[in-house]
Formats: sequence, structure tokens, C-alpha cells
Amino acid sequence: MSRDCPVVLGAVAYDAKVVNIWEGFRAWFHQNGLATDFILFSNYERQVEALIGGRIDVAWNSPLAWVRSSRLARALGFEVKPIVMRDTDRDLASVIIARADGLLRSVDDLRGCTIATGAIDSPQATILPVQLLKSAGLIPDLDVYLRRSSIGIGLHGDHIGGEREAARALVGGSVEAACIADGNHLLFAQEGTLPAGSTRVIAETPLYDHCMLTSGPAADWSSIERLSDLMLGMEYSDPAVRPLFDLEGLTAWVPGRTSGFGQLEAAVDSELFYDEKGTITAVDYRP
Amino acid sequence: MTIDLDTIGLDQGGHLIIGRVLNQMHEGERVRITGSDPHLELHLRVWARSRGHKAEGRWLIKGNVEKSRWNDAIRTSTEEPESSADATWGLSARGSLMETGGPPLVGHDLDEKIGLWADIAPRLYAQAVSAQWDPNEAIDWTLPTHPDHEVEDAVIQLMTYLIENEQAALLVPAKFIGRIHPHYREILQLLAIQIADEARHIEVFTRRARISGRPLGRSGVAGRASLQTLLEEPDYSLASLLLSVLGEGTFLNLLSFIQRHAPDAITARICELARRDEARHVTFGLAHLEYRVQQEPSLRTRMFSAVEQRHESLRSTSGLSGDVFDALVILAAGEWTPSAVRSGWSLVQELQKEMDEGRRRRLTRLGFSGNEAAHLSSLHTRNFM
Repeated sequence: MSRDCPVVLGAVAYDAKVVNIWEGFRAWFHQNGLATDFILFSNYERQVEALIGGRIDVAWNSPLAWVRSSRLARALGFEVKPIVMRDTDRDLASVIIARADGLLRSVDDLRGCTIATGAIDSPQATILPVQLLKSAGLIPDLDVYLRRSSIGIGLHGDHIGGEREAARALVGGSVEAACIADGNHLLFAQEGTLPAGSTRVIAETPLYDHCMLTSGPAADWSSIERLSDLMLGMEYSDPAVRPLFDLEGLTAWVPGRTSGFGQLEAAVDSELFYDEKGTITAVDYRP
Repeated sequence: MTIDLDTIGLDQGGHLIIGRVLNQMHEGERVRITGSDPHLELHLRVWARSRGHKAEGRWLIKGNVEKSRWNDAIRTSTEEPESSADATWGLSARGSLMETGGPPLVGHDLDEKIGLWADIAPRLYAQAVSAQWDPNEAIDWTLPTHPDHEVEDAVIQLMTYLIENEQAALLVPAKFIGRIHPHYREILQLLAIQIADEARHIEVFTRRARISGRPLGRSGVAGRASLQTLLEEPDYSLASLLLSVLGEGTFLNLLSFIQRHAPDAITARICELARRDEARHVTFGLAHLEYRVQQEPSLRTRMFSAVEQRHESLRSTSGLSGDVFDALVILAAGEWTPSAVRSGWSLVQELQKEMDEGRRRRLTRLGFSGNEAAHLSSLHTRNFM
């Protein structure tokens, strides 16, 4: 199929808007002289396997999907390549929050507490914050108890429902702390899920990067370069592009970089989420 | 430069204070944010990222996203509508600053001022709003009807006829309203009120018909066929001519006649109230056609054809139902003596003459010669509407 079309892109359908986003980009690419098509996947693991298997040329990958793609590729003797990312994918952080009227003020205070997290495969709301706990000497299920969300497993945390559930559990008093992305801390406060001033950030991860358009072994490199040039040339001032940027949550595409994934690579190893060949090794992970 | 947020956070509206200052700054300029909210730095980074600014600790460097969004935005006049409206303006309020892009309106093909407008529309709308009446308040429904069943049946027959005519008068503007570009909001507003007027007329004529508990009258094929041709006219201006200027114009005489000869106070009152509304509809239709014909005199030829075409399509029908004509005579006669019936008959003849004169007068205002107006008036449906 990819041979009929210069670029076939994969994306995960974590929300209905994904159809509008990639339909819109596809039309824009066509208008600008590059034929593309897209295939939607129900979860990132299936998408990564399609990318590595050459059934799609590029994949709009979560950070965890980038990690697995690169491991699977290396094990097979090739490399996947970073193409572009959103400007808003750079330098994110996750936070562990507690109630502002409580006694918890630092990670050490969490010993013995129950902490709500996102889904098992959410880098921002589970994997990275858990790594933060571990680096502070707190072992999950021994020193702290994790209450993981079961919403959107396989979507690598793209579904915001898991984090909202964690925030509500904190407000409702059924957990002592919650792990969420920095952006969602502001969002939940503004929308009222977390009443303003009701929470305290007791720990924050180092900065990391998020999604990445990744090219696989089937990609025709000249077409991918053309795709990359087109994406980097998209401007927010273009009325045909702006609604798509607003939907996808970016103001500009920027070149993909791999320097922001070191923290997640280490966490994946520590959590035994994937092995070095990209095999899924996480217990209880059924996307 | 420094912005002091004091104790307020970005989760409590602090971004509004920052945004107000950023509006006065140029891309690349820096501003320091101070404040005691414990999440200030965290939220500043998140907020800046999502809005295309850059945050360095508590320093904010202005980006160009906001400018990019509004750079090509356009603003039309708030008061004067444009000569044509673009589908991409969508549902934006006239006079608002319109961000470019977005889904275009689909199916709103009435998007040229000349095809819709009348300068009097805003004033007529204001008048219409203040003249709305509540059927429960404006009419005393407890007043008696005429004791003679035959007279009451004549009233019921007329009400039956009026209901089907008002249904047509409601559906015609309703059919067009969904095709009008909302840039011409005054026309939408006026037609909406007009539709509400017709809804009320349908209500009061129905209530009057049923008040004595006797069954409704007859609905003839010819009358229905005539009304149906109004629904088939696809051109807004020509539909205005057929419905408002000729049809509702003729109805002004009819409603006055029924009011004058009504055998009971309820019938007289509802015809009086309906006539006031109809007069407004006629004024609007006439004003629109005057406006258009002034700029596009060739419209007269199309108006001519529309009247002739409607006449042709109704040639095989008999026109006004005999039941309706007879009912008008009975009302005008007031009793069953031969001399009263003769007098009633002659009054209905007189009514038709008045209707013809009214139509000719209005057509002359649209620039038709006396002969042309007389010819067109003679072709108007015998069903009145």
C-alpha cells in the first residue's frame, strides 16, 4: 500500500479529533504537491510494529513509542529517524501533587501514601513520576502504593481521562497524592477539576520531550525530506493550517530531537517496560 | 519591564494581566513576572508554551502566535451591510473582527444585498417587535358567536380558508430564511417576526373556527393548488412579489372586509389584529422590490414573467372556492332576505374591485405603467393570496 503513495503515515486514534487532524494535514500536503495517506491504529504498540514492519512509512509516535521503535529497529540492525515534533513537545515536566491543606511537602513525606497515577503506559502520568519516586528511594508497592488508572491503556497517556481521574481522586480524598503532566496541572485548575490553590506541587521531574514523527525502514528518504520541509514550513498565520495546529496543540513544527528522551529510556529500563530489543516486558500491560 | 501578579496565579486569571501587557509589546521583547503564587513558574512555562511565547524562569519572551492569528483578520462595517457576503464569514456578527479561515457556510446562497435588502427593514423590525400581541390577552374569547348556525358555518368556512392561506404565508419566508447569509441579519430578524406573526394568525383563526364546536369548513383543490405555486417560486424577490405585494396586499382588503361585516366581535377583532401584521409584511415586500428594481430595472421583466407563469400554471383551476365566495356574501348580507343577499353580493363585487385597485397601485409604485399594472393585477390568482 505504501508503494502506491509516497508517504503513508500512522497515527493512534486516541480521540475522534485525530481523524479531522490528519484529514486536514493530508489535504494540505496534497495541495502542496505531496501525496500522503494515513492509517489509524487503536494503540501505539500496533503502530510501532507496523512502522518497523514497513507497513507504514512514518508514525506520529508518543515518546514511549519512539523508545520502543528505536529499540526494535536497533535489534533488527537499522535506525528509525526523528523527523519533526511540535514546539509544545519540548521541555515538558510532570508533577506529583498533594492537597495544599495537608502535611505532605516533599517526596519523602509520601512514604506509606497512596498515589494516583495515569494508565500503566503513560510516560507523563506514570512512568516518569514513578521513576522520580524511585530516585528518591521510594519503592512502589513497598514504600508507596500506586493506584493506576485503567483508562486508555495502549494510548501511552494520550487520553487525558486517566490524569483527570487521578486529580479527582486527590480532591476526593481517596489518595494522598497524584501524578499529572505540568500542562494538565494548569488545565485542571482552570477548568475547576482542581480548585485553584487546593494543591501543592511536592515534586517535579526534570524536563523531557514528548511526541515525535518517526520514519521507519519503508520510507523513501527523498519523500520524507519533502514531508519534513513542508511541515517545518507550515505557518500559524495560514488559515488552512491554524485550525489543525489548534486541534493538535502546537504553534509550529520544529525539527525532531532525541536529546529529550534519556529520562524515559532510563525509566523504561528501570520499570522493565520494554527490554533492550523492544519486546513488551511490563507485567499487566495489555494494550 | 516587570508585571507583578501579587498573590494571584495563572489558574486564577493571572494570565489576563500578563496578556494585557503583552498586547502592548513587540515580538521578542522580554518581561519579568513576579508574584507569590507557589505555582507561578510552573504555570508560566506551561502557559507560555501553549501560546507560542518562551519562558525562562520568571522571564517571558513574547512570541508571534497571537499576531499570526489576527494579522489577516477583516472587519466589515457594523451598520452598513456589504453588497455581498462571503461564505467564509460564517456566523460572525457583522462588524466583528473576523479571523480568516474556518468552515464556510453551506447553502446560504442568498448572499447579495440587492437580492434581499430594504432600507426600512431595521425600522420595520422594531415596529414589529413592539406590535406583537398575545392571543390570550388581545382577544376576549368569551364573547358570544352568532346564534344562526348557517352564519356561523360561513365564518368557519372563511376561517378554514384563512388558515390554509396563513400556512402558506408562514412556509414561504421559512423556506428562504435558511438560505439567507446572516450578514443580512435585519432581514433574518424581520422574516423571523413575520413567521411568528403567521404562526399567531394560524392560531387565532383555528381557535375561532373551533369555538362553537362545529366542524371545520371545506378545503378546495383549486385554492390549495394556487397556494402551492407560492411555495415553488425559488427566487426570493419574485416570491416577495407574489406573496407579499400581490397576495398579502389583496388580503388587506379581505381582512378589512371580514372585520367590517363580521357577525361577532371575536371574528372582527382577530381580522383587525391580523390585518395590522399583514400591512407590515406588504410594506417590507414592496420596499425590497422598490430597492432592487431601482438598481436592476430589468427585474420588472422577470416580475412580469413570474405573474404570467403563475397565471398559466393555474389556468386549468377554478380559482376561489365557491364556498369561500358564498361565505363572504352571507357575512356581507347579514340576513337571508333577497334584498340583503343582493346587497351582500354587490359588496363582494365591490371588494374585488378594491383588491384590484390596491394591486394596481402597488405595482405602479414598482415602476409598472398603468396598463401593465392593470394587466398584471388581472392575472393575479382568483384565490386572492
